[in-house]
Amino acid sequence: MPDDTPRFNSPEIIDTSPPVSDEVKTTTCYMCACRCGINVHLRDGAIRYIEGNPNHPVNKGVLCAKGSAGIMQHYSPARLSKPLKRVGPRGSNEFAEIEWDEALATASEWLGDIRKRDPRKLAFFTGRDQSQGLTGFWATQFGTPNYAAHGGFCSVNMAAAGLYTIGGSFWEFGEPDWERSRYFLMFGVAEDHDSNPIKAGLGKLKANADTKFVSVNPVRTGYSAIADEWLGVRPGTDGLFVLALVHELLRAGKVDLEYLVRYTNAPWLVYQAPGEAHDGMFVRNSDNDPLAVDQSTANLANALSADISPAMQGSFDLAQLGDGDLSGTAVPAFQLLLERYSDPQYAPAAVAAQTGIDATTIQRIAAELAHAAFEQTIEIDQPWTDWAGRRHDKMIGRPVSMHAMRGISAHSNGFQTCRAIHMLQMLLGSIDCPGGFRYKPPFPRPAPPGPKPAGRSDQLAPETPMPGPPLGFITGPEDLLVEADGSPSRIDKAFSWEYPLSAHGMMHLVIRNAWAGDPYPIDVLFMFMANMSWNSAMNTSETIDMLTDIDPDTGEYRIPKIIYSDAFSSEMVPYADLILPDTTYLERWDCISMLDRPISNADGPADSIRQPVVAPDRDVRPFQDVLIDLGARLGLPAFVDEAGAPRYAGGYADYIANHERTPGVGPLAGWRGEHGTVHGKGAANPDQLDRYVENGCFWHEELAPEQRFFKFANQSYLEYSAKMGWIPEPKQIVLQLYSEPLQKFRLAAQGHGEHQPPDTHRERIDTHFDPLPIWYPPFEEEFSGDDAYPLHALTQRPMAMYHSWGSQNAWLRQIHGYNRLYINAEAARDAELVDDDWAWVESPYGRIKAQIKSMEGCNKATVWTWNAIGKRRGSWNLDDNAPESRRGFLLNHLITDLLPPKNGHRYANADPITGQAAWFDLRVRLTKAEPGEEGESAPQFPVMEDLPGVEARPAILRYGARFLSPGNWRRRRSER
Amino acid sequence: MTSLPQSPPATKLGLVIDLDTCVGCHACAVNCKEWNTGGHSAPLTDLEPYGESPLGVWFNRIHSFEAGDGAEGRTVNFPKSCLHCDEPACVTVCPTGASYKREEDGIVLVNPDTCIGCKLCSWACPYGAREYDYTDGVMKKCTLCVDRIYNENLEEVDRVPACVSTCPASARHFGDLGDPNSEVSQLVAERGGYDLMPEMEMQPVNKYLPPRPAKTSTGDTGAPAALPDHDIAPVEATGRGFLAWVDRTLSR
Repeated sequence: MPDDTPRFNSPEIIDTSPPVSDEVKTTTCYMCACRCGINVHLRDGAIRYIEGNPNHPVNKGVLCAKGSAGIMQHYSPARLSKPLKRVGPRGSNEFAEIEWDEALATASEWLGDIRKRDPRKLAFFTGRDQSQGLTGFWATQFGTPNYAAHGGFCSVNMAAAGLYTIGGSFWEFGEPDWERSRYFLMFGVAEDHDSNPIKAGLGKLKANADTKFVSVNPVRTGYSAIADEWLGVRPGTDGLFVLALVHELLRAGKVDLEYLVRYTNAPWLVYQAPGEAHDGMFVRNSDNDPLAVDQSTANLANALSADISPAMQGSFDLAQLGDGDLSGTAVPAFQLLLERYSDPQYAPAAVAAQTGIDATTIQRIAAELAHAAFEQTIEIDQPWTDWAGRRHDKMIGRPVSMHAMRGISAHSNGFQTCRAIHMLQMLLGSIDCPGGFRYKPPFPRPAPPGPKPAGRSDQLAPETPMPGPPLGFITGPEDLLVEADGSPSRIDKAFSWEYPLSAHGMMHLVIRNAWAGDPYPIDVLFMFMANMSWNSAMNTSETIDMLTDIDPDTGEYRIPKIIYSDAFSSEMVPYADLILPDTTYLERWDCISMLDRPISNADGPADSIRQPVVAPDRDVRPFQDVLIDLGARLGLPAFVDEAGAPRYAGGYADYIANHERTPGVGPLAGWRGEHGTVHGKGAANPDQLDRYVENGCFWHEELAPEQRFFKFANQSYLEYSAKMGWIPEPKQIVLQLYSEPLQKFRLAAQGHGEHQPPDTHRERIDTHFDPLPIWYPPFEEEFSGDDAYPLHALTQRPMAMYHSWGSQNAWLRQIHGYNRLYINAEAARDAELVDDDWAWVESPYGRIKAQIKSMEGCNKATVWTWNAIGKRRGSWNLDDNAPESRRGFLLNHLITDLLPPKNGHRYANADPITGQAAWFDLRVRLTKAEPGEEGESAPQFPVMEDLPGVEARPAILRYGARFLSPGNWRRRRSER
Repeated sequence: MTSLPQSPPATKLGLVIDLDTCVGCHACAVNCKEWNTGGHSAPLTDLEPYGESPLGVWFNRIHSFEAGDGAEGRTVNFPKSCLHCDEPACVTVCPTGASYKREEDGIVLVNPDTCIGCKLCSWACPYGAREYDYTDGVMKKCTLCVDRIYNENLEEVDRVPACVSTCPASARHFGDLGDPNSEVSQLVAERGGYDLMPEMEMQPVNKYLPPRPAKTSTGDTGAPAALPDHDIAPVEATGRGFLAWVDRTLSR
């Protein structure tokens, strides 16, 4: 009601109860990867306001800066409006508008031709795709192994290290127990994922005055700002710091031995037979079960049995034990761990100089961790039953939790560093206990989970789906995707001897390899929302050259055809031959599936959908609808019915509700079954999406209190997990402190077994596939070491931006319109640089020019900048003089995608185990720019010309003026 | 010309902002922008939104800075909007009476009907909390979401300013700082909440909670400076030593 109270000296009449909206629709945010639930308020069909959905399990009502700026993303003038075909040379941005019929016919012709001849000639790579359940399945159906999303340059080190070690991982697969943790250790920049849950969690943590939050990060921004203690670690040395903490815990005997015995493979016997084929493998019985020495019988016993008291140290002559059918020497895995990390090379004083963290601090942090874990133990009066059926009357918690993400992941030692962190967690007994790190269902899964990838040429045939998915988890050399001669089967060389455990594929190599025809040429590169000619490429300038390079022999582009789908005029658009314009996130159906990247929390599983909130006002189609349409046109078996007609005529919505991957398992877990009453496994329910919409577009189920901790060994939880179809059977999931799959690769490198690497790769595999965590210097140190390139260079993620998307957003670009190169204040003084100076930043691979800003909270040997702010001139429909392009810059130009030759071979600038792009390994030097060089960043590229049909940029934006309520002052003023 | 209420407001609605928890994520600033650009002061105009010098009206801005040197220093994220002062110079300086403070809840507002856009108030405000809309030619500012906090079209739980509702870290609190028993007043009392720039004598209603003392010294968590050696010598790197602390009967 209008408030008519007269004001002293002011006649203003305020409507304190204006109508907010005439309709509220729920859906799922896509302003980053967090996938919060949102309520979208509509007035007269326009978006009035977007807020967090208070009932949603991810964000519980809150919404970040990005999500709150969704209106500006949706109405961005950078939106594509119609299918386009290239009419000028690649890179010219000269396109003609075409109809969808022509676009789809062209794509079908190109793809159909390939599928008839050699399906490998399609490389299908999706970027920040949240529909990998569909896109990966489509690639399998097409019959090409050349599929991946962006995980290879994002977080595969974290995902793979976690999944091979604890059957779960940080971020999407787990979270700290924020309410109960007393000590929280965060490694590296973490602002880019799980952003609202982490902020909410930090809020809870900080509300408890007795907690301590330690941030280990070369840069003190973001979350580090509110940490109790900031450790400005030297980039790439986190693993060494962690191993020193382990050394301290072992020195003092501050280890949760009960936890290790029950839940990890610490007691499993490992053969000690140097030079032999079984060295370092677990001792197993004839049923292939691992063995331990049972102290109560002083004999061998099945290590998986509940009724043993396994020895944790010592050396055993197997011939003296058991039935005498085994021979040789074996030790418990824990014995190897004790020997390894008790070594003085891991003493705090020995690592202080390299890590930049002094020995007394490392000792103190170790003491604090032990104090929190063992002196502040939590007991919850919650009875539970373990995997062996034994009842426990309470849950014991070690209230120490950890989180790590990009700062660990983007280094070439990231996999082993992440494994070191998980080892530290296990030694403290703090995985999935009260106060510790907690799994989010469907995790934990067996470490590693299935399935294995397919894609060797003997698994491929024209017009035939592959026998398995293109991505998965391998457990030994026999599972690699390599040909008989050892060469890679995939275009990106994932799952090859060079990068064996590349569980997310290696999107960062696809353009290079397709250009070089290595290991073979392709015909079509098909990409979805991946800005691979700009901020998602290492070595951006050369990548652009490869996209436009013409083979002089044929006169054709070396990458012959490029199809690209995006919603916006990104830097990648000019390099495509055919553009399939996508919708915004508010115009589409989508599903956030547990077959892909779950949004569960530790207290229960969840999945969700997007529903169209507004109809597109342009000639665009949701990419997933287009993919399903193409699948039917190509006759992919799962996308047509028996008569060859489209199986999912209703597009993605139809697929989401009706597709079953295996009987009873579909994209969504909620409201399955004939009557829509079953959750988890059940028949497809044609009305499933209606049920989701009625429930706020998500499904969430709360675990029973007894199921919430020790999920890897909790009978009730394991039975539930098996019933839901997440694990094959309700067996204990043993945490893999010692990793046998890694040892198998090492043995192969040492010359054992049927499957051995080419000689070139032997030493590299032998060195890095250590079954216990190791630390080694990032590879770049060898090529751009301390003297010539004394500084580390890396990026941090601004909390108000998601990759390159934010710069087209009228509101977000006012927060981060351009970036500076930040440098430690003392280092700046030493280099005679002052704020606002321009400087050349050089690596062995390129140089850029950037503007300097000094700060105190930065490691002295480190410079950094915000990620993905720099834009190409004319891109994203920004003004040619936008600060993003004139002053903003990318570090990408300085990062090599291939390391310099070593033994005649060039490896990717990547982790040797997972192939994770190592873009945080960068080393640089700074030189002050000459007079006259100030004012503009370098390199600059030709301006991207406007696309046909591009919307005009408004000079003034007055969004919201249309929502003025009746009686508002401006209406009165205009009526006067 | 003064437009202060004849009697000081008993109810003082305002914000309490926890600098110990704020991570500087800008959620409050952007959610404020989206609510208010279609709300009471609509629109919050953006000049050159896709151009060289984008310049928009924002009622809430985040300032990030460092305090102290080296590793001992802190990074501080400092959100700032109108503090709805008890003695607001922006009100007393206004030549037309357009700038005023509400008697019933203490909210400081601008009446656009009588604002002549002279900007005296923005010069007078020591906090820089006023935002001039060049297109409308009037001064705009934080209304404490006056069109939300009493809005009967919203659920009661949502009748708080947008910045408070959306804050992911729960670093923002809203309530009556005129009531010593309110949750916000208690929070201020417990945590030593303080006035921004008290020497300006504006008597701001909004309060800031200072960062808690960081636990960076030995003993702050109760832990010793370093772990003691276990009573048994550590494993020898060469031979296979035997550790008493590992030599326990541990059942699986």
